[in-house]
Amino acid sequence: MSDLVRVKHLHKEFDNNVVLKDINLSVKKGEVVVIIGPSGCGKSTFLRCLNGLESIESGAVVIDGLPVNPDKNDIYKIRQKIGMVFQSYELFPHKTVLENIILSPVKVQKRYKDDAIREALVLLDKVGLVEKKDYYPRQLSGGQKQRVAIVRALIMHPEVLLFDEVTAALDPEMVHEVLQTMLDLARSGSTMVIVTHEMAFARAVADRIVFFDQGEIVEESEDVKSFFNAPTTERARKFLKTFAYE
Amino acid sequence: MDVEVLKTYLPLYNEAILLTIRIGWLGILAAFAIGLLGAVIQYFRIPILKRITAVYIEVFRNTPLLVQLFFIYFALPKIGLRISAEACGILGLGLIGGAYMIETVRSGLESVDRIQSESALSLGMTRGQVFFYIILPQAFSISIPGVVANVIFLLKETSVFSTISLMDLMFTAKDLIGMYAKTIECLFLLVVYYLIMLLPVSIVGTIVERRARYAQFGD
Repeated sequence: MSDLVRVKHLHKEFDNNVVLKDINLSVKKGEVVVIIGPSGCGKSTFLRCLNGLESIESGAVVIDGLPVNPDKNDIYKIRQKIGMVFQSYELFPHKTVLENIILSPVKVQKRYKDDAIREALVLLDKVGLVEKKDYYPRQLSGGQKQRVAIVRALIMHPEVLLFDEVTAALDPEMVHEVLQTMLDLARSGSTMVIVTHEMAFARAVADRIVFFDQGEIVEESEDVKSFFNAPTTERARKFLKTFAYE
Repeated sequence: MDVEVLKTYLPLYNEAILLTIRIGWLGILAAFAIGLLGAVIQYFRIPILKRITAVYIEVFRNTPLLVQLFFIYFALPKIGLRISAEACGILGLGLIGGAYMIETVRSGLESVDRIQSESALSLGMTRGQVFFYIILPQAFSISIPGVVANVIFLLKETSVFSTISLMDLMFTAKDLIGMYAKTIECLFLLVVYYLIMLLPVSIVGTIVERRARYAQFGD
């Protein structure tokens, strides 16, 4: 299988503070990569580098064979290949659920409105929200908003989906419905890069686990079970310990 | 109060209100245009233009419209720029209104969270699409109360036009009082005509406000 996402020697600074150093990571088609690590370790920034929301100092990010560069004009084309879901949902508050979903297919991809609406309704039905299509975001719960955000990303038919701590702002009972939606996506073969603090979910969904700390990849494992049971590095061991109670 | 006097004055007031509305709204239209342009310049921090806009805002917000009108009407002809009193009024109102509108629209634009842009960008939109489909509509519904307040303020400011001999409502009232000394009747009509001009704006403004804000803020 080919690499859909390829990151080579990525180096990123904010005002002379190194936030990501020499990151190398590839994601194959259909693979689910879960990134974990302490807050401020650079994992969210890394995700934002993947679709060019952040510029990088050196190194390369290549998506489906195309180099990502926020200053180049083809960035808009490349971003259509990358769906992103944010912690704070970021639905457009002045548009209804349906309008939120069809805006980009119609305006960016120039699809027919009817066609976009038809697909939007099918996708909304899959996440159980078809009856909310004419609601405004403020009328939805956090979990519902997040599922709409996922649908809005999916309708663009992205090659890869990025999830940036998408359940971090949710009440516990709503976390489950969102994670279930993501698990379904993973099982249907979507390529996903997920940043999360939900360890049980990470364990269930990941094909590969990547542990970030202080701006670098400290440990990476395709054997997800043994990573969680017995990580090889001391830093990962310490981090996982913060989730355990005795 | 003499009703017969009121009746004889009505045609003059009718003419005056039409002139006031025409100049007032043309000035407001100019203020809108300046406001949108200036706000975009400030929002995108366009170099040089941003500085010029800032100076413009400070000058026009911190001097009275009366002084600005005098300057345009009396000082500009001295350097060879002669414009009609009407054009003067429109220009004056547009310039002072523009300064206020820039601030109102800019604060609306800036109150839209940056991450909203990122969310739109991540859906493949260009910067222009993000601005027109995502930022501007949200900024509009946030700044609409301020815009309506500016419109009402500007329509009232037309009352200083009388100083450059434009036959607006104020001029007409002062003129009639000077000639016939029917002070009560003239002032009564003046109040009524200002209300006729402004109440609909206020009412329509409230309706537009409610409509524009419903999506984001509810009832």
